[in-house]
Amino acid sequence: MSTTTHPTRTTAVAAPAPVPAPKRRRKAAANDLGTRSAISEVEWRRPAVRRPWRVMHVVLLVLLAVAAIGPLLMLLKFAVTPTQDILRTPLSVFPHGVKWSNVTEAWNRVHISRYFFNSLYAAAGCWVSQVVVATCTGYVLSVLRPRWGKVLNAAILCTLFVPAVVLLVPLYLVVLHPPLIGHSMLNTFWGVWLPAGASAFNVVLMTRFFDNLPREIFEAARVDGAGPFRVFWSMVLPMSKPILGVVSVFAVIASWKDFLWPMLVLRNPNMQPLAVRLPSLQASTDLGVLMAAMAIAALLPVIMFLIFQRTFLNSAGMGGAVKG
Amino acid sequence: MVTDDLVVEVRPKGRPKRFTTRFITPTVRRRRHTPETWLRGGGLSALVFALPAIFVFGWFSWLPIAKSVVMAFQKTNLIVTSWVGFENFHRVLADPVLPIAIRNTMWFALLALIFGFPVPLVAAVLMSEVRRWKGLYSVLAYLPVVMPPVVAVLLWRFFYTPGPRGVFNQLLSYVHLGPVLWLQDKTIVMPALVMEATWAAAGGTIIIYLAALTSVPAELYDAAEVDGASVWGKVWHVTMPHLRGVLFVTFILQILATAQVFNEPYLFTGGGPNNRTLTVLLLIYNYAFGTSLGGRYGEATALSVMLAVVLAILSILYFRLTRRWSTS
Repeated sequence: MSTTTHPTRTTAVAAPAPVPAPKRRRKAAANDLGTRSAISEVEWRRPAVRRPWRVMHVVLLVLLAVAAIGPLLMLLKFAVTPTQDILRTPLSVFPHGVKWSNVTEAWNRVHISRYFFNSLYAAAGCWVSQVVVATCTGYVLSVLRPRWGKVLNAAILCTLFVPAVVLLVPLYLVVLHPPLIGHSMLNTFWGVWLPAGASAFNVVLMTRFFDNLPREIFEAARVDGAGPFRVFWSMVLPMSKPILGVVSVFAVIASWKDFLWPMLVLRNPNMQPLAVRLPSLQASTDLGVLMAAMAIAALLPVIMFLIFQRTFLNSAGMGGAVKG
Repeated sequence: MVTDDLVVEVRPKGRPKRFTTRFITPTVRRRRHTPETWLRGGGLSALVFALPAIFVFGWFSWLPIAKSVVMAFQKTNLIVTSWVGFENFHRVLADPVLPIAIRNTMWFALLALIFGFPVPLVAAVLMSEVRRWKGLYSVLAYLPVVMPPVVAVLLWRFFYTPGPRGVFNQLLSYVHLGPVLWLQDKTIVMPALVMEATWAAAGGTIIIYLAALTSVPAELYDAAEVDGASVWGKVWHVTMPHLRGVLFVTFILQILATAQVFNEPYLFTGGGPNNRTLTVLLLIYNYAFGTSLGGRYGEATALSVMLAVVLAILSILYFRLTRRWSTS
């Protein structure tokens, strides 16, 4: 741990000689422009303040790393470990070598590949339905603003306050015997895709974003002869890329993580996504192979998170602000 | 889908002028509201854009909500449906398992508050002071949140293996404790579940707190410094009061979320041992979809409606109380 020794060394140097000062001062200036935290830069330069906080930060970092990466690393390790080693010595690192065949066996013989693509398929449909509903509705509520918009808005906002529990059984029965079409959506992906679109939270997010777009641009486009569809397709959608990214990323992850609803709707094992299939596989599957399957299931969301971490972290905080 | 077709239709024709007359002029001389002016004013296109929402929300949100109220008073075997009045409610309330489920759910919620409420708060306040690699902290904190719950639970279930070879038991043996029957011991099983749930959920709360912490006005800290406040004084008297609003909301949101907990008890223990982890939502699931007593949709809905009403009353009371408390 070089981080533990590093702070004390800089303290000793920084106090008498202002060598590292410019770098730090630039950071301080940036802080002054925006927000600042409880500890000021002046205080931070005092060892009596900085040392205990540095120690706390290092401890926190270690704890976070153990809590976040620990289970993930163990999962990845188990995925390529022989079952006997997983059971006997779960904490030692590859005492009897690596067993790559776990992964191939899971992918091919346990048909994880099929469930993986089921998951992808479900996620893609959920993504389309959420994006279509959210953008179209946001456009109506924020840009077109018909007179009945307020009613629609209120009706959608109402659903935010209904806990998901209440809907579970009735929604299942609606999907089982949908009115109007009279054809059961059980064991079809529509039963997963369409209910995912009914997300009031997405609509709120979109409407708020559209509200902040300059209305003059839309007026100008209309004067130039663009109809509402043209404005939507060529102006609103390109301008709303950031919020579309947020909605997309969360739609895909939420669909990938979902368990209870797809389990109820997709009863046919051949259609089930990975998350639904894993618990039923565990009884009949070799532990090492199961761990490989779990690692495959965890990999996509983790990689997606690492790529789009800024989107995730910024909008996770924003979600709290909207909720609050 | 609808929009795509129409856009494709508009573009090749390339006659935007037609739309000019259709969408601009009516706003200038809209006097009477007839179907024709509505149509010319773009009313139809607004309706077309609202169709996905009306369809999806109507079908999968408003209809089920209405259906839940109706079904609570009905008995159905999916073919024959009959009105039974309050019989569903009577049956649910008379079920000897219900008090157990309520007690378990409250115990889960309480434990989740004890474990899960202070941890993200302390972590977020510490993280807001980080000067280097701040992003790394956030990424690490949020990583468990993106793990699929099924994978997390199955993995933790393996960590909780009861024998001396279990991962947690081995870790405990280093400090000469255990082995513990994590998921089999009646008193330890619930804290074990809550520990996993907290691990899975804390990151989201940390990020919410971090976002709230950036909105603390710098002047408040500056003013506190002028008044000679120490670091902890500023944290306690400036940061904490500023977080109060967010804390109120995350508090009730956490209670609402834990009252509807399903994945952990279902996947870890299935309600056992001896119904010690049977939660209200698991009971609803068992009524409707359970293998032995499934198909009791009326009772399941009645219990869901009761749970929803209790949660609604709880949140209204909560906001009433905290509003009074925060204004005084």
